[in-house]
Amino acid sequence: MTTTGPQLDLSGMQQPSDTRDGRPATIAEATKKRLSSPWASLVAVVLAVLWTIPTFGLLISSFRPARDISTSGWWTVFTDPNFTLENYELVLSPEGTNSLAPYIINSLVIVIPGVLIPIMIASLAAYAFAWMDFKFKNVLFVAVFALQIVPIQVTLIPLLSLYADIGIAGTFWSIWLSHTMFGLPLTVFLLHNFIREVPKELLEAARVDGAGHVTIFFRLMLPILKPALAAIGIYQFLWVWNDLLVALTFAGSSQNVAPMTVALFNLTGQRGSQWFLLTAGAFVSIIIPVLVFLSLQRYFVRGLLAGSVKG
Amino acid sequence: MQLAEKFGTMMVALLAFIAVIGLILFLVAVLEKRGVRRVAWFFVGPTALLLLVGLVYPAARTVVRSFFDAANDAFIGLDNYSAIFTSPDQLVVLRNTVLWVLVAPFVATAVGLLYAIIVDGARGEGFAKALIFLPMAISFVGASIIWKFVYEYRFYDPDLAVNPQQIGLLNQVVVWLGGQPQQFLISEPWNNLFLIVVMIWIQAGFAMTILSAAIKAIPADIVEAARLDGVSGVRMFRFITVPTIRPTLVVVLTTIAIGSLKVFDIVRTMTGGLFGTSVVANEFFTQSFSAGNQGLGAALAVLLFVLVVPIIVYNIRQLRASEAR
Repeated sequence: MTTTGPQLDLSGMQQPSDTRDGRPATIAEATKKRLSSPWASLVAVVLAVLWTIPTFGLLISSFRPARDISTSGWWTVFTDPNFTLENYELVLSPEGTNSLAPYIINSLVIVIPGVLIPIMIASLAAYAFAWMDFKFKNVLFVAVFALQIVPIQVTLIPLLSLYADIGIAGTFWSIWLSHTMFGLPLTVFLLHNFIREVPKELLEAARVDGAGHVTIFFRLMLPILKPALAAIGIYQFLWVWNDLLVALTFAGSSQNVAPMTVALFNLTGQRGSQWFLLTAGAFVSIIIPVLVFLSLQRYFVRGLLAGSVKG
Repeated sequence: MQLAEKFGTMMVALLAFIAVIGLILFLVAVLEKRGVRRVAWFFVGPTALLLLVGLVYPAARTVVRSFFDAANDAFIGLDNYSAIFTSPDQLVVLRNTVLWVLVAPFVATAVGLLYAIIVDGARGEGFAKALIFLPMAISFVGASIIWKFVYEYRFYDPDLAVNPQQIGLLNQVVVWLGGQPQQFLISEPWNNLFLIVVMIWIQAGFAMTILSAAIKAIPADIVEAARLDGVSGVRMFRFITVPTIRPTLVVVLTTIAIGSLKVFDIVRTMTGGLFGTSVVANEFFTQSFSAGNQGLGAALAVLLFVLVVPIIVYNIRQLRASEAR
């Protein structure tokens, strides 16, 4: 997340506010007059197949018996179908040496506070940066903005010894705290952009009515920010759920704390990769962010557009 | 039991967090009632504190650490940095990082742009885009596993009458084409390119989404004017489309370049940085946590920081330019 976010977001602003007026995107149409030969369609199909087949192969394999996976290619199922749910049973069973269930739980336990806490803290700060006046405001805002470029590698080892000093090394607390701190610069920056677009008259009217900042924040700001919060929540969710570096550094490989990414990472390192566990495990870990993404995609796009309604 | 305990800890954390925030806001409300106007610091305070503790202070310590030796006993000036630029192992790391930053952004962007233009307005555009975009939601670890499976190699000896079946798709394709199976992840230096493919696979969807939006936003009158002048097809693409979306193109390129510069998960999962595939972010981890040289690790982290800055500055400038339009 560190730096890819704002670019993603701001570029998203260039999306047209709508193409609903029935005018199709003309440039693409014009270009396509030439490109939309059968060759162009062929290129598109080839690309789509190339992009899909690797995932498809893994998905098919996850439903094959362990012996089959390691002795024959997944494409042989078309001539010699042989499926089983055994891999998923192993991976999802609450007990057992092959069970990945504890890690799935850990991922969930990590991701919920890892998303909620930074967003809450950031929205307070963003509110102040956008709608309040205080000393050093501009300097501080530029500093927060600039901190996005700090690669987290630079912070890991001192943080690790800090966590050890205060006795939270290797616990969920260290991971929650890390994701909160690493997520803040971007989240503050994005939320600030959204809040800035809200007409300031709204704030002034509320102030005249005698509302305090706390009331305004909860009654006025949070409801308006809902789409933005959802969009940023997805970013943060994907980042925390998919993170390997932070988890590897602060959680180690312990079954008590380590998330799915670490468990899968450790499985790939083992000799003679255990594909029957890896395929099913990878799918379990992939399906959750994909579902979240697909179900909240509407907010994602709308949130991006909300930030672009300016001027 | 384990389950209850974990979720219990989580609830405790969330409640503690709510309590702290509640207390802060309660204080603000009380102060405001008494006519105190300077309450902004209560809003900004938590962020400022966390960033100070979590980013500024550790970063400063890492910079200092990079001037000390492996055991953290002796000040050695810039020796760690000169090691990065002179030791043969580290030079391979630098070479690989340069390769990542050059290849991944351009190929991913080219694929994304091509695909965006071809499927634009076509039937089933949304579905076609989703196919390319979905890898974005998959973790780097998940993507690495997917591709490791594609590259999987089974023992092969040309002198044997019967060899085991290949289970990796790529090697099977090689066999179908009459070639010999390869150890794609082990044979240097080409293995680097096979790792970069994973990054391209993930980032092409990002490039496509952003560029597709930019293309749709090109004003119709520009296109119309060009068309009246008899411009079409490839020339339209070259003289109208690309120049108009140039700022967006640069933003996409630099964003992927930054991601490639910091790439860690893919290398760590697929090869662990062995077989001449290490990159700066991975080497940082190896030196810091397994090779026992935190001084060199710190220098590598600082180098990463230094390398990222110019790209980001350029990126922000382009962003400004594209916003000013």
